[in-house]
Amino acid sequence: MTAFPFTAIVGQDEMKTAMILTAVDPGIGGVLVFGDRGTGKSTAVRALSGLLPPLQIVQGCPVNSALVADVPDWAAVPDPVITSGPTPVVDLPLGVTEDRVTGALDIEKALTKGERAFEPGLLARANRGYLYIDEINLLEDHIVDLLLDVAQSGENVVEREGLSIRHPARFVLVGSGNPEEGELRPQLLDRFGLSVEVASPNTVAERVAVIRARDTFERDKEAFATACEADQLALRARIVAARDRLGKVEAPDAVLEDCAALCIALGSDGVRGELTLLRTARALAAFEGAEVAGRNHIRRVAPMSLRHRLRRDPLDEAGSTIRVTRALEEVLA
Amino acid sequence: MTDPRWPLVVRALACLSLDPQALGGLHLRARAGPVRDAVVNRLIRDLPAPLRLPADLPEDLLAPGIDLTASLQHGRLVRRDGLLARYRSLILPMAERVAPGLAARLGQALDRGRHSFVALDEGDEGERPPVALLDRLAMTLDLDGLRLAEMPMLETYSDWDAITEETAIETLSALSLTLGIGSLRRLGLALRLARVSAQVDGRDTLVQADLSFAIATALLPHATRMPAPEEEEAPPPPEPETDAAQSDTQPDTGLPDGDVLLEAALALLPPDVLQRLATGTVARAQGTGAGARRKGNRRGRPLPARPGRMDGRARIDLIATLRAAAPWQRLRGGGPGQRLRLRSADIHLKRSETRSDRLVIFAVDASGSAAFARLAEVKGAVELLLAEAYARRDHVALVAFRGEGAELLLPPTRSLLRTKRHLSGLPGGGGTPLAAGLRAALDLGLQARGRGMDPAVVVLTDGRPNIALSGTASRSEAGADAQAMARALRTQGMTALIIDTGNRPTPALATLAQTMDAPYLPLPRADAKAVSKTVAAAL
Repeated sequence: MTAFPFTAIVGQDEMKTAMILTAVDPGIGGVLVFGDRGTGKSTAVRALSGLLPPLQIVQGCPVNSALVADVPDWAAVPDPVITSGPTPVVDLPLGVTEDRVTGALDIEKALTKGERAFEPGLLARANRGYLYIDEINLLEDHIVDLLLDVAQSGENVVEREGLSIRHPARFVLVGSGNPEEGELRPQLLDRFGLSVEVASPNTVAERVAVIRARDTFERDKEAFATACEADQLALRARIVAARDRLGKVEAPDAVLEDCAALCIALGSDGVRGELTLLRTARALAAFEGAEVAGRNHIRRVAPMSLRHRLRRDPLDEAGSTIRVTRALEEVLA
Repeated sequence: MTDPRWPLVVRALACLSLDPQALGGLHLRARAGPVRDAVVNRLIRDLPAPLRLPADLPEDLLAPGIDLTASLQHGRLVRRDGLLARYRSLILPMAERVAPGLAARLGQALDRGRHSFVALDEGDEGERPPVALLDRLAMTLDLDGLRLAEMPMLETYSDWDAITEETAIETLSALSLTLGIGSLRRLGLALRLARVSAQVDGRDTLVQADLSFAIATALLPHATRMPAPEEEEAPPPPEPETDAAQSDTQPDTGLPDGDVLLEAALALLPPDVLQRLATGTVARAQGTGAGARRKGNRRGRPLPARPGRMDGRARIDLIATLRAAAPWQRLRGGGPGQRLRLRSADIHLKRSETRSDRLVIFAVDASGSAAFARLAEVKGAVELLLAEAYARRDHVALVAFRGEGAELLLPPTRSLLRTKRHLSGLPGGGGTPLAAGLRAALDLGLQARGRGMDPAVVVLTDGRPNIALSGTASRSEAGADAQAMARALRTQGMTALIIDTGNRPTPALATLAQTMDAPYLPLPRADAKAVSKTVAAAL
């Protein structure tokens, strides 16, 4: 299925920026997208696969290994060949069982051959790519906990039904949801690197632009994709260049102090906020070709890195963005 | 005269049969009956590879997998295709009870564009299929009140003015803003529907009627507000959903024929639908009613294992399964040193009893006497209680009573944003229809119980009922009615609590609490904090 091209998504700039930054530095730790229905949240996530540079993958490897030596021993890949494939974007459906997420005993082999084999789950398939959870606020808590643990450690450990397996599971977690249908627990919010809020466009012109793009796409997907190809390639090249540059982007002490001062002013718990803020600012600097991460980068990524980490009064009505902006004005005046 | 909705229904069916996958499907609101049967039978006849699902579909049947039961029976591996792979059209009965997980999977299937679903919705007021599903179905039809004998033939829209695609896109965009429709997906579906409608007539250009039809079936049912009415016959919504951010989003004027088309679309609908739109009882994004489920298999207090089928969600109780298989080994040709012979009937599943979700229903007295004395304080207390309910992951709902009756300000939700918004908009003044408030809380509680929740009612009042259930201002009648409702609450075994917010305790309210078998908390000078503390202790 041809996905809608990322560069053709109208508006929703903050969401697009957040996703690009996680593509530049997957270590930022995931994006949470909250907002109205039908505003292109899933479209944006699914478009990522077409945007990102292809990966070198051992063909048939259940965890998308880059090198033949990395293929886990439990995975029988008879004739390893390295091919190039798109970055995996794996959908995690609601109501999914723990077995399907982590992997479990392969019932087929157990029944037919009496063998104790491991059947990899969604975490294996998402390795080196993206794991997307739509309606994350409806997902059962224990599954979310599990995902966040794995996302943080980068490794999936399966100890069940007599199996003892571990395999790499490094992926960018993207969750989306609608706050009207229930909220996420604060401790979960805090574990996401970035959070963005999307809203339906509220001018006729924007709506017309969205619907026209979508309509043109649906009438002839191939032609639409071709028309966007130049833009897509240009953005892809920028992301690849930013990845190369990322390690060299400097963050002077003054910037670290800004990060700390901002987090203190906002009273965010722990140092995760500072770390993410710095990391994201650096990714933005790399993406824009700057050699040094500066105040202007911090200023632009502060809302998405911090708004979900404020110790908040549950009744405070969506005031977190305003609080971050206000703190920015005071601290980074 | 034929109901004006009939031609819409007939055209909608023709559209769905012509291009089911482009439209995603149909949301059909109807009670079981001959009209619904006729419509469904027609769809089964016209749709490609249709399947009518059972109401309690195990989710794993949708996706391909191993049929464990059959595998054990035949002694070799038996695979089965998922239903989604085999059937392109699914008819979902009791769609209002579809669990959110299933809705999300169905929604994802629709996004791939190879399926179409007919969601049969028999829900009561306020009960709707999950929005994740509804948002992907192009059309909504309401069959209630239609008579089968009047079902017309398909009319073709031949002598209407042609419009350009451009106009169609602009009109739909502008209208969706006017109607407060957030989802842009609806807009795309409405446009497709208009096009399919043209194809039904064999035209390759759109005419105004196509657009009106699309507006009536794809946009209007999802409206969250109505444009300001021109005549007095459609009263403005009494409690507008528009907040400051939305009200300045009225579309720029000068849109091409948008109003004309909206009027044309409105003319196609019966007046009571408009009435319901205006009073805001039509579909809104809401919490999910997942149906009564109290026995889970994962969490909570363990219960004895039960024989059952593997459906991918339950966990096998291995010991119980072995124990069940043990006595039959000799008969099945097993025995010492032999392989264990399992049959599917041996399989036992783990079960546990989950505590159902709690719903705290606040019935708040917003009458004149309460309003002037303490309404602000009561609001503060309710906010604190809400914050606590949030911490406990309770659902909350808000009923207010004032003037002549009670109204449900907020259906059960876990969203504090919504609750707070509704609470701050709570007006005060008027009489004290305590009985009506109790009745509204009771109705809501019973409804919630039907959906597997555990309701509790918290009444905050200063206890001077002066409006009876009939709406007449009579103190004695009002008191008697309140007592009667209190008895009803007790009979239904509803957990309740009365907080006296008057300046000094009202003996009549203590008596009422006794009747209700509920704790009574006089809080003559309590501040919001004290109220909250007391309630947390009492519930």
